[in-house]
Amino acid sequence: MAKELLKGNVAFAEAAIRAGCEAYYGYPITPQTEALEHMAKRMPELGRVFLQAESEVAAINMVYGAACAGVRVMSSSSSPGVSLMMEGLSYIAGSEVPVVLVDIMRGGPGLGNIAPSQGDYNQIVKGGGHGDYRVITLAPATIQELIDLTVEAFDIAEKYRCIVVVLADGSIGQMMEPAELPPMQDVRKREDRPAWSLTGAKDRDPRVITSIYIDPFEEEVFNLKLVEKQKEIEANEVRFRSLHLEDAEIAVVAYGTAGRIAQSSVKQARDEGIKVGLLRPISLYPFPYDEIGKVADQVKRILVVEMSGGQMLDDVRLAVNGKVPVDFYGRMGGMVPLPDEVFEQIQELNEKANA
Amino acid sequence: MTDKKMAEALIFSKPESLTDVPTHYCPGCTHGVAHRLIAEVIDEMGVRENTVGIAPVGCSVFAYNYFNMDFAEAAHGRAPAMATGFKRVNPDMNVFTYQGDGDLASIGAAEILHAAGRGEMITVIFINNAIYGMTGGQMAPTTLPGQKTTSSPLGRDIETHGFPLKMCEILSQLDGSAYIVRRSLHDAANIRKAKKAVRQAFEVQRQGLGFSMVELLSNCPTNWRMTAKESLVWIGEHMVPVFPIGDFKVHPAIVESKKG
Repeated sequence: MAKELLKGNVAFAEAAIRAGCEAYYGYPITPQTEALEHMAKRMPELGRVFLQAESEVAAINMVYGAACAGVRVMSSSSSPGVSLMMEGLSYIAGSEVPVVLVDIMRGGPGLGNIAPSQGDYNQIVKGGGHGDYRVITLAPATIQELIDLTVEAFDIAEKYRCIVVVLADGSIGQMMEPAELPPMQDVRKREDRPAWSLTGAKDRDPRVITSIYIDPFEEEVFNLKLVEKQKEIEANEVRFRSLHLEDAEIAVVAYGTAGRIAQSSVKQARDEGIKVGLLRPISLYPFPYDEIGKVADQVKRILVVEMSGGQMLDDVRLAVNGKVPVDFYGRMGGMVPLPDEVFEQIQELNEKANA
Repeated sequence: MTDKKMAEALIFSKPESLTDVPTHYCPGCTHGVAHRLIAEVIDEMGVRENTVGIAPVGCSVFAYNYFNMDFAEAAHGRAPAMATGFKRVNPDMNVFTYQGDGDLASIGAAEILHAAGRGEMITVIFINNAIYGMTGGQMAPTTLPGQKTTSSPLGRDIETHGFPLKMCEILSQLDGSAYIVRRSLHDAANIRKAKKAVRQAFEVQRQGLGFSMVELLSNCPTNWRMTAKESLVWIGEHMVPVFPIGDFKVHPAIVESKKG
């Protein structure tokens, strides 16, 4: 298929449709509303389900209900809306049904604003809902990556029967770029719904989907099952991109839009003869701890750049484990760092590293 | 007929839609009656194999252990949203929620209101016993004025805590509601009427007429600090005057079919 000029929010919605998403439940919130609007138009055209819920609380529970039926289902929202979904996400995690959610992050806390931010890292990656669970978190830096990761999210969610969140900031949701959409997949046939799904207890024992284990012994057994699954996820699903790390003396770690900006700054610094490389995590859970640990063995200093006050920073520090100093540069409140700002930080880092 | 044959005649059994699991409900609690009515109706309609129930948070959180059919367990108050999500991708299935008063009228007030407003093709069985049972007898949105609970120890003071919510009266105002009725489980005559209403509600769903809900006035002998018998009398004497038994919304198509 040819490339076309696509807005992020429309791109991921259409990508989800083409991945065979059978139902979308959502609630309007800037800066992701175009996704809901696209779904409102396209899903009925295809005989699929679109429903605007009364709240994000209801939307995620509608998603939960449809997921119990064994269909591909998703929602999308932005930071304050995702806060409201945390209850439902915890129940979904506790019920092991596959669900895809796209979070187009905006400035916060509170009502904040509608400008791009990476302030939801902790909420998503560290699990904003109660209990011991993790959600696979994929962070695109381009519209093409947003499309590809959204499609992949459905496969991964079903593989592990878990939640996959595509975590992007408002600029990725709002900007337009040339990108290629995947081919159209039909929705799953009724007879192909998974063996755990609720299809009516005809010629079989009833199935129950629940997250309650009233006996602590049984709850722990279930918790351990989730932990085992997490180990599998951590072994198989780490994703990242690196640039100019081969001979790097200093390294930048940044994801999503911050990673893309840092890429420009790293190229600029390379032109100036600074031996700097970039590691851009794409999976935020599972986090590329080992890969960043290896970078720390090689470089003198590491700079973390985020559109937050320093949330992924904690994970980078865990990965670096004190081997080298970790510096931080962040813009918040909906402010996006300019490549020149990050370039200046790289220059300073280089001076410190070679002092 | 010989004496032996008479001795073998089966005159009463558990509905197929119930499992053979002893319930955890307190002695004298009407949850068991409500479960049985639903199960009998589902058996009689022959829809057990095409039914999915959504259990709430509350005393009936384990309802799925007692119903012999597919079930999912919702978060507190969210059963109507979950049922909506499920039903929309399975429009030909029979979907019901089973919810208490704290679940439906308090924390889930938004979800029930909008499910009714959308005319969601689901059936809601609403157990109103005017108290939070599972957490040990706290004030509910349906607790009567003056009623003592552990969180209204001097009796519900309407100056402080306002008035009980009357969900049938509220939901019947919505155009999406097709069948909204209140029945009671406090004596045999009322239980028979309750069963008819449950059947009608599921028929409304089958016919695609809209949202259906049967509110069942129920007891809580343990938290009301009464014997089972006293609690049933209390429903009739105290709850029925506040929550009158009756039909609050009946879709014209139902009336027509009854006439016809």
